[in-house]
Amino acid sequence: MSPEMLFDLLWKALLQTLHMVAVSGLIGSLIGLPIGIFLATSGKGELFPAPTLNKVVGLIVNAARSTPFIILVVAIIPFTRLLAGTSIGTKAAIVPLTIATVPFFARLVEAAIREIDKGLIEAARAMGATPMQIVAKVLLAEAKPAIVAAFTMTIVSLIGYSAMVGAVGGGGLGDLGIRYGYQRFMPEVMLAVVVVLIVLVQLVQSAGDALARRFDKRNRQG
Amino acid sequence: MTIPDSAADAIRHNPAQNDPMVTFERVTKRFGNDEKSFVALDNVDLVVGRGEITGIIGRSGAGKSTLIRLVNGLEKVTSGRVVVDGTDVGGLGETGLRSLRREIGMIFQHFNLLSSRTAYDNVALPLEIAGFDKAAIKAKVGPLLELVGLADRASHYPSELSGGQKQRVGIARALATSPKLLLSDEATSALDPETTQSILALLKRINAELGLTILLITHEMEVVKTIASHVAVMDVGRIVEQGRTFDIFTAPKHETTRIMLAATSGTTLPEWLKTDLRQTPSAGDRILVRLTFLGATAFQPLTARLVTEIGGDVNILAGAIEEIAGEPFGTLVVAYPATPETIARANRFYAETGLSTEVLGYVA
Repeated sequence: MSPEMLFDLLWKALLQTLHMVAVSGLIGSLIGLPIGIFLATSGKGELFPAPTLNKVVGLIVNAARSTPFIILVVAIIPFTRLLAGTSIGTKAAIVPLTIATVPFFARLVEAAIREIDKGLIEAARAMGATPMQIVAKVLLAEAKPAIVAAFTMTIVSLIGYSAMVGAVGGGGLGDLGIRYGYQRFMPEVMLAVVVVLIVLVQLVQSAGDALARRFDKRNRQG
Repeated sequence: MTIPDSAADAIRHNPAQNDPMVTFERVTKRFGNDEKSFVALDNVDLVVGRGEITGIIGRSGAGKSTLIRLVNGLEKVTSGRVVVDGTDVGGLGETGLRSLRREIGMIFQHFNLLSSRTAYDNVALPLEIAGFDKAAIKAKVGPLLELVGLADRASHYPSELSGGQKQRVGIARALATSPKLLLSDEATSALDPETTQSILALLKRINAELGLTILLITHEMEVVKTIASHVAVMDVGRIVEQGRTFDIFTAPKHETTRIMLAATSGTTLPEWLKTDLRQTPSAGDRILVRLTFLGATAFQPLTARLVTEIGGDVNILAGAIEEIAGEPFGTLVVAYPATPETIARANRFYAETGLSTEVLGYVA
């Protein structure tokens, strides 16, 4: 394969991967964020006490997280077709990727919020804050660095997941690696795909870390 | 409104408190369900006088934290009433509670500042919550930071401030909504002695200048001695003694108070003396007497006169002079021969001068 052809294939696959990861990452996180907040604040004696619903949502989240991604992709094909109008291609791949993102990000957000010192919630209550004000002004503000880190982790995981949607014709870098590198015995394509993925993950991680550090005011030296 | 006898008694005993800011009336607080419940507060009656600094002292687990949290409704009573400035806290719904809380400031042992906000923004938080606009917030926060001496630290994050500075931000934040009552939950317990003194001085100044009522809980005797005009001593969910700090600390009646005082003041004997002490005299023994100097007697040169009266054979075994709630208070443990004539001479002297005394025992 000529270098130009290889570059062309890689570029197209990279764009597909970025497209899938960006859309599913954004939509999945937007849905996952409130679920994570709910999980972290709806236990007994917490801000929005609803212990039963908390347990039910927790169970659903666990079930979704313990389903292997490749099985999720296949299992929800009818739902994917309903939503995307098709069950193959990049557009279709976004549906299972988004569904996998929601519980993953929700649990990370829950953990980030649970890390916050309960004393801050008590202080805000003592000021006469409403539960919603506590969420907005205390919990989300204080958990921001951790939530940014959680989002970074989610995107990195999505890049990995997106390699699997080649199985349903989703395209992207993983798909390219399997079809050319493995099935057509072209090790240079496989190598190129792996290198691009490594660089991509590194970039995402570094950007995420830098952003999280900027938001984190906890370890400033006076 | 009917006041239970015990609370009425407390009011009668403290004429200065007949216009209370907070009253606890037979308050009981139980945690958990019936089977394995834990009684944190047991039938507590307490009056917090308007414009005064009232301290509640007790060991950890005595119920102090629960008590203070009943005032702003962070905890709810199991039975009894907590009345703040005429309002029964237990009778308030969520909305009512929130507006009450805006009139009550609170400071904490671990400051509880938001790490993501600067000193300025931390002080602004209660105002944002109460719905003030930016201009109004700015007009309030500046002077408050000035008041606590942190005007030059407005844009610093909590991680860039020392413990004492963090507590000053906490105090400014607690004062932001111009409360009528300040609750202090072990506010100096995480600070070193010097910083503790400066924070206490600030609280005292705020009390004096703004007329703000302060209710504080602490396990540190020093804190109560330094700033509280009134004190309640708590032990396992009960208030065992309450009254003017000077009265309680100079004449502790309850064992818990004595034990807590022992750790900080000269009112107890050194350990080596205690082991040798006998309650009945035998020939040649010396008598041990504790003299207490209160108010005016604390300023008179009585010790020298005692030595002269008794005839010179006096030794001093323990002693301390301290200030409690702004008044001097001294104790002195002396020993002299337990002969009838010496004792008679000494007693005559005590009666003459009005010194209060207590015979501790006899040593060989």
